[in-house]
Amino acid sequence: MKIIDDALALRQIQDSLRKNYDPTKKLVTICAGTGCRGYGCIAVKDELEAEIKKQNMNVEVRATGCFGFCEKGPLVVIHPEKIFYQQVKVKDVPDIISKTVAQGEILEKLLYRDPDTKETVLKEEDVPFYKKQNRLVFGQNGMIDPSRLDDYLAIGGYSALAKALTEMTPEGVISEVKKAGLRGRGGGGFQAGIKWEGARKAHGEPKYVIANGDEGDPGAYMDRSLMEGNPHSVIEGMIIGAYAIGAHEGYIYVRNEYPLAVMNLSLAISSAKEAGLLGKKILGTDFSFDIHINKGGGAFVCGESSALFASIEGRAGEPRAKYIHAVEKGLWDKPTVLNNVETWANVPVIINKGADWYASIGTEGSKGTKIFSLVGKINNTGLIEVPMGMTLREIIYDMGGGIPNGRKFKAVQTGGPSGGCIPESLLDLPVDFDKLYEVGSMMGSGGMIVMDDKSCMVDVAKYFLAFLQEESCGKCVPCREGVRRMREILEDICAGKGKEGDVELLEHLSTGVADGSLCALGGSAPNPVLSTIKYFREEYDAHIKNKRCPAGVCKALITYSINPEACTGCTLCSRVCPVEAISGEKKKPHMIDIAKCTRCGACIESCKFDAITVE
Amino acid sequence: MSKTDNVAAKTKEIVKKHGGDKSTLIAVLQDIQEAFNYLPKEALKAAGKAMDIPLSRVYEVATFYNAFSLKPRGEHIVKICMGTACHVRGASAIQDKMERTLNIKPGETTADKKFSLETVNCVGACALGPVVVINTEYHGQMTMAKVDKVIGKLKEGAQQ
Repeated sequence: MKIIDDALALRQIQDSLRKNYDPTKKLVTICAGTGCRGYGCIAVKDELEAEIKKQNMNVEVRATGCFGFCEKGPLVVIHPEKIFYQQVKVKDVPDIISKTVAQGEILEKLLYRDPDTKETVLKEEDVPFYKKQNRLVFGQNGMIDPSRLDDYLAIGGYSALAKALTEMTPEGVISEVKKAGLRGRGGGGFQAGIKWEGARKAHGEPKYVIANGDEGDPGAYMDRSLMEGNPHSVIEGMIIGAYAIGAHEGYIYVRNEYPLAVMNLSLAISSAKEAGLLGKKILGTDFSFDIHINKGGGAFVCGESSALFASIEGRAGEPRAKYIHAVEKGLWDKPTVLNNVETWANVPVIINKGADWYASIGTEGSKGTKIFSLVGKINNTGLIEVPMGMTLREIIYDMGGGIPNGRKFKAVQTGGPSGGCIPESLLDLPVDFDKLYEVGSMMGSGGMIVMDDKSCMVDVAKYFLAFLQEESCGKCVPCREGVRRMREILEDICAGKGKEGDVELLEHLSTGVADGSLCALGGSAPNPVLSTIKYFREEYDAHIKNKRCPAGVCKALITYSINPEACTGCTLCSRVCPVEAISGEKKKPHMIDIAKCTRCGACIESCKFDAITVE
Repeated sequence: MSKTDNVAAKTKEIVKKHGGDKSTLIAVLQDIQEAFNYLPKEALKAAGKAMDIPLSRVYEVATFYNAFSLKPRGEHIVKICMGTACHVRGASAIQDKMERTLNIKPGETTADKKFSLETVNCVGACALGPVVVINTEYHGQMTMAKVDKVIGKLKEGAQQ
């Protein structure tokens, strides 16, 4: 591509590209996000292309970023009608091309079917999962091929950059972001504009901007989908931020587990450079800025700002004391703005549409939208983008479709290992930064892990402490030793060795760990324990006093048995049992030898008659 | 050229590719691991020397980050996702099953050097949970029966 040397040239290129992306033209888009890849979407895409060639048609097949509705992948949309096909398999492809694409005939079996009304839904936007969404940041994912700059330009990409560089002063950009009320999407929820202002005013050169793509919160993958599916939106946000604070160098710190994100970001950076949108004299102005990509080493603590700086500097990722602010002394002790990937992707939206418009969305203290990953025991797993302030009930039931297999909702865990578990009684809570904090959880990066009555809350608390103990960098003793001790207590409780007073001891230790740790990892480590004690105390008591696990999860506290009325004697369970604990004659009810049984669950998985009960 | 010389030469090449600045240590180690499937001792020594970083510091970084292995790893790297979404959908049962099938614990490699077992704290493919990533391939909605199938296939492939 030739160098785009001013704002006018950018507009001309966008206009000419837009003609090639005529919305009335036939087009097949297929989601190529990680979820759909796991379901085999690349084979479907290859087959779509082969079939179109075979039938001698001239229709583009575009592999795009993540559509969000991961539950039903691979997802295909036929344009211009926007016919939404889900769970598409390679064998469906000939019919899709010859019937739907060529003749407009709808293939009923590939449409989304409402599980309650059994009615089919034709268009993506009418599927309940999408209906209440407001996809400001995430919506473009489904239209563009992330490997092509042209696609991003055709939907108006880099307009915000041109506007910022040519029509706004750096101070003007900062005041716009401040006015918009943009808060950090990575967990802390700090006002981005205030951070930027601090870095702009700070003494010291050079200054840096960094995108935190070390998405470590288990159960959250929106940053991955943005980096993979719309990398230019993150880059554009970063360039605008760099202009605002006066930085000429930036870094994107990407998780080691996200190779596709690294690839798509690298491609985006090099194509933006070729077009003069990144590098020296951006859009013909005097402003220069370059971005490097750093791959993380698989350490959760590196999501913490000062640990992340240490990692970019080539050292072990240990956090430092927080009285030194990153905006004054960050990377290499220079003024640094570190924002999360999703925060950066919000910046072009704010500049394009204006702070007032942006601030009209959301709640009083939390503006705009937030992308959540709705996962765990939920019917419609996937990524949703909703205005701040939507209630948990709307998210989980209206969009998420409720709990699978007719089971009962128990809790939703938000905020990753720093967050907490929210019970059913708080389902009408409007979700924003402050409301989640008030109930003992937090926004985090936006993971929402739904749990049903088969999830044990003591086990969940134990799980998070095991996670945190493994990921604690070991610098602060209260975190290193305190989290370990708390984990041991929870392990004892789950193993039936809990004692009266254990819960109080956990609470006591929590205070020490939270107060005595330098960074947020230790500071918030007790949250999963405290919130489960607060809302699910009776489960702790059942484990400690009655030596029972009501959810049937903790192995030491449960026994398996076979219901002779349901068992048909098919012998399947006895064949999969790894310890030969199941015996019985063919076509007669089987028995489990409790002394031998290890409660591995293999028999439950194999039984087709639900004959195995857990108590 | 002896094996040690070979490792040292390759390491120097990697250091040179990254420019030799101390800040590139993590990227250098990542490339070394990609080249040798683990971090050989000779490579750590050679990298430290070429980058003017004491071996103790190189070792500190190499042991701090989970992505690095100081032991040779198997031909197939089996990673079990331990994210919350996978956990509530039964990842620990899958882990137990995988341990039984391969007869190793996380962090270990089978005697025939075919498989290494690792756990990872969320691979960001929560919709597919429980997930197992083998080499670069994602296996979603894992069941204990699927473990046998997937590993069996790889074992067969290894025999051919």
